[in-house]
Amino acid sequence: MKAFILSNPKSVKDALQLLAVARDSKQAKAIQPLAGGQDLLTEMKEHLAEPDRLVNLKGIAELDYLRNLDGKVQIGALATLARMEKNNLLNEHARVLFEAAHSIASPQIRSVGTIGGNLNQRPRCLYYRLEEANCLKKGGKECFAYSGMNRYNAILGGGPSYIVHPSDLAPALIALDATVFIAGRTGPREMPLESYYKLPSVGDVRTETVREPDELLLSVSFQLPAPGTRSTYLKFKERESYDFALASVALVLGFDGDVIRHARLVLGGVAPVPWRVRAAEAALVGQKADTQTAEKAAELALAGAVPLSGNAFKIPLTKSLIVRAIRSLA
Amino acid sequence: MKAIFDEASAIAVTLTVNGTTSALRVPPLRRLLDVLREDLSLTGTKEGCGEGECGACTVIVDGRAELACMVPVCQVDGAVVRTVESTELESLQNAFLAEGGAQCGICTPGMIVMARAWLAECESAGVAPTVDGAREALAGNLCRCTGYEKILASVMRAAGVKT
Repeated sequence: MKAFILSNPKSVKDALQLLAVARDSKQAKAIQPLAGGQDLLTEMKEHLAEPDRLVNLKGIAELDYLRNLDGKVQIGALATLARMEKNNLLNEHARVLFEAAHSIASPQIRSVGTIGGNLNQRPRCLYYRLEEANCLKKGGKECFAYSGMNRYNAILGGGPSYIVHPSDLAPALIALDATVFIAGRTGPREMPLESYYKLPSVGDVRTETVREPDELLLSVSFQLPAPGTRSTYLKFKERESYDFALASVALVLGFDGDVIRHARLVLGGVAPVPWRVRAAEAALVGQKADTQTAEKAAELALAGAVPLSGNAFKIPLTKSLIVRAIRSLA
Repeated sequence: MKAIFDEASAIAVTLTVNGTTSALRVPPLRRLLDVLREDLSLTGTKEGCGEGECGACTVIVDGRAELACMVPVCQVDGAVVRTVESTELESLQNAFLAEGGAQCGICTPGMIVMARAWLAECESAGVAPTVDGAREALAGNLCRCTGYEKILASVMRAAGVKT
């Protein structure tokens, strides 16, 4: 690990002032925010990130909250995953997020890892994590997964990079129509969390979000689902104890009796971004959550899938997860 | 790692470990694991993988189980830390002895500390400890020797539950 300076701002304003130098593209990688550190510290150990300055956010009390304001849930960037998986409000009214938080890593990592870090974590692709491989995500010329080992890589939305986005919270929050709040030198801005993520074919292939290097993710918010809404997060892991998703399904269904009136279906582990499938959502609305409807939605969701040499198994796997998720909410 | 630990960047940190408070001057990103083992000579906490995958270095920080290899000391200034050396872990340690829950011993400190954190959580939530609950709580602690059954039996013995 290389030497660096540590800054301990006590307010968002001070943190943003420190990060402002990152607006200069030469400085973009030289300064990085540090929250729980469960991803960044491993990146630094592997020389994937080598900042000159770390901005420790842990001292910023105003970023650590999870609250319900008249039916609007607001979660500050420093709220831990453990806090979310133990929250009664989420347990009762936003199971998709509750289950997604619980599915992440191990209890020890959930004690420390934050929502902000989870939403901004870097890819798990074997080549990206291998120090010696100068892949497309690290400024190289080639996505080695495309022709190499690609069991864990994208089947949807890939090219020129074939990473999958590793966040479990992101699909769940997008299924809840969450909004993300970020701020930087040019002021605060907000957007649907769905728009926060970008495909590798858009802009700089090395980044996964539209957040500029001088910007901080401050919070995420969403309206508590209406009565009659049920939701779930189904995650398939290669190793049951704890792992990243081979494929996952975030599903929110609003019912009128047994007829679906509102549907959100977002896939994890299969694309470089959380993969929302509007065609499948449309096919669910007006129907009952029966097997026939579920299978049709699953077919629609994977219709555009283009597997690489080693990951065609993800197509039937993801379809099965979708069917199982829909049936579980019937 | 040594290159970054120059005196100029050292910060003052206070830690209360197993009831004893110590004031230290340490580099800010020194791992809690190294502070415990090298600066405080508490070598009960073991390093396994060093990257958050094995759970061997689990310690309790302000009541939460955390990985000492993944926690920079600058983020735990003022914290109350408990390690496997804590005397309040005696009943778990005895249970591991009685059930044969330890073999090579590298994972054992992490297992015992994680089990303690989980049992405390069960107690404060008013939930009865179950084998399935223990299995889930120990999901982040890897053992290459025991096959886990003896470890689970040890934890359940300490919890006073017959398996």
